[in-house]
Amino acid sequence: MSLTLQPNFQDADGFYAALLATHKGLSEAESAALNARLILILANHVGEKATLDEALKAARATG
Amino acid sequence: MAYDYKPYPYRRAPGLTAPEPRHKVLIVGAGPIGLAMAIELANHGVRSVVIDDNDVVSVGSRAICWSKRALEVLDRLGDVGARAVAKGVTWKVGRTRHHEAEVYAFDLLPEAGHKMPAFVNLQQYYVEEYLIDEALRRPEIEIRFKNRVVGLDQSTDHATARIETPDGAYELEADWLIACDGARSPVREMMGLAFEGVLFEERFLIADIEMTADFPPERWFWFEPTFHPGQSALLHKQPDNIYRIDLQLGWDTDPEVERKPERIVPRIEKVVGDRKFRLDWSSIYTFQCRRLDSFLHGRVIFAGDSAHVVSPFGARGGNGGLQDVDALGWRLAAVVRGDAPGASLAAYDRERTFGADENILNSSRTTRFMTPADGIERLFRDQVLRLAGQVPFARTLVNSGRLSVPCTYALTGADDPALPLAARPGSVAPDAPLGEAWLLDRLGREPVLLAIGRAAPKGVTVPVLELAAEGWVRARYLGGAGAALYLIRPDQIVAARWQDADAATIADAVRAMWEGRE
Ligand SMILES: Cc1cc2nc3c(=O)[nH]c(=O)nc-3n(C[C@H](O)[C@H](O)[C@H](O)COP(=O)(O)OP(=O)(O)OC[C@H]3O[C@@H](n4cnc5c(N)ncnc54)[C@H](O)[C@@H]3O)c2cc1C
Repeated sequence: MSLTLQPNFQDADGFYAALLATHKGLSEAESAALNARLILILANHVGEKATLDEALKAARATG
Repeated sequence: MAYDYKPYPYRRAPGLTAPEPRHKVLIVGAGPIGLAMAIELANHGVRSVVIDDNDVVSVGSRAICWSKRALEVLDRLGDVGARAVAKGVTWKVGRTRHHEAEVYAFDLLPEAGHKMPAFVNLQQYYVEEYLIDEALRRPEIEIRFKNRVVGLDQSTDHATARIETPDGAYELEADWLIACDGARSPVREMMGLAFEGVLFEERFLIADIEMTADFPPERWFWFEPTFHPGQSALLHKQPDNIYRIDLQLGWDTDPEVERKPERIVPRIEKVVGDRKFRLDWSSIYTFQCRRLDSFLHGRVIFAGDSAHVVSPFGARGGNGGLQDVDALGWRLAAVVRGDAPGASLAAYDRERTFGADENILNSSRTTRFMTPADGIERLFRDQVLRLAGQVPFARTLVNSGRLSVPCTYALTGADDPALPLAARPGSVAPDAPLGEAWLLDRLGREPVLLAIGRAAPKGVTVPVLELAAEGWVRARYLGGAGAALYLIRPDQIVAARWQDADAATIADAVRAMWEGRE
């Protein structure tokens, strides 16, 4: 298992607040576009195929 | 100038007068694949009859980008490869733009030491002309123009084609029939074979224009250019001052309206500005990716577009078809000579359906990226483009065509992982300069054992080519190893490799190769 679903944030509350702040003032469409860019940026940072595959699966499975 | 279509001479077929003796091989279709197939079989000493319903080369330029591997295949068909390179526009740089800004550029052949360039652009009609010239010189080949297959029958040991000509109809028997009759393959239809796949709901205008301009020999691709809002566009140079322009039109456009020159000309004016041009050829098309489940059906073998079609943006149609020719020629020749069992042709089917799947996968992904569905697909596509102009990683996601490179077959031949990955079994043997000559030119019609930096073991039964462990040969075949043995198939694919092996091991690998062992 290369994807961790265990707590891993240095500062979970801080990240959540920052995520919302980043979207502040954006329309729904702009927010959707920002989310898309954010996913791409994070995915590239992860890079490893197995981890990305697991993350995609986890996201779908939890919906 | 416009290409001068000269009709090739029609001759009355002997079968119209009296039944012909059964032929070894009948090739249906004198497109690039059927013609190359005939010459490749002739290279191996096998005679064939090629029939085509037409008597001129490809109408319209169609395939223009010929890959390094395709050129290497053509280079073994007499002077076709040399003529293609001499006439064609050699290019290796592609630039992809979003609006007017460049987001991504690639260089397809950053390394020296290959005889053939990464790509040349050359209209399909020239390639066919060179192939016909070569085929007409070969005593093993008979081409019959204006002969159309209209019926087909087969038994366990031969196929029978019913053929119509201007002088009436006749029947022709052959041990093997190779269907190279194109994307709409009448042979496939007559056999009732399913051609599964997808049609992409998008329409493209493709136009060749003649124009004097100083555009560099590069592939220019635009997403959402300002001159053609919301769509994509491609500009690519060919010889004779001909430029290929592709414009995405959208699914809701009417092809009958878009076909009219008074619609096409203003669209092109927006691409080339106020330069003067002449419209040479144009066509409206949709993309499909389909293939036959199997390319082998008893005595009927499919190759080229009859077996598989892809969308054009990776230049994988004609290039992929020439690799079919490469994979089939030596095997079928051995079967015809009686040197290999008919069952060995299963390896052709296995390798080329694998190759077709890779081409279809690449070409479908490109098409998805170029023509995203509304909603989330479009959102991701547009955000990739937006990012690509600003951060380097996103450029790797921009997909305007992953241009044709040969696949690596899944072979089970011996491998030594200490040797370079790019020359592993299943790959095309990498080219390398040998003084004034080239390594690929030294490989013949037979399997060859390369003995690099060492002698071949005693008792080896295939031809041996000893090479010094230096330069590009060392880099491409040895890596860090001191010496190696490579068994190369007649189609220049690496069959097996070792740092050391005895003659019996090599003999077994040679047998496995001829048998097409899995
Ligand atoms: C717009 C466009 C752009 C393309 N760009 C590229 C590119 O850049 N690079 C690339 O590699 N590929 C490209 N392709 C694909 C390429 O053109 C085809 O893959 C290639 O022509 C396939 O060759 P073929 O010999 O299998 O079939 P075809 O070229 O279609 O030849 C089939 C032949 O069979 C004959 N025939 C048909 N029915 C019968 C019959 N009943 N009896 C006798 N003869 C018959 C036809 O007259 C024809 O001569 C492009 C295609 C298109 C349409």
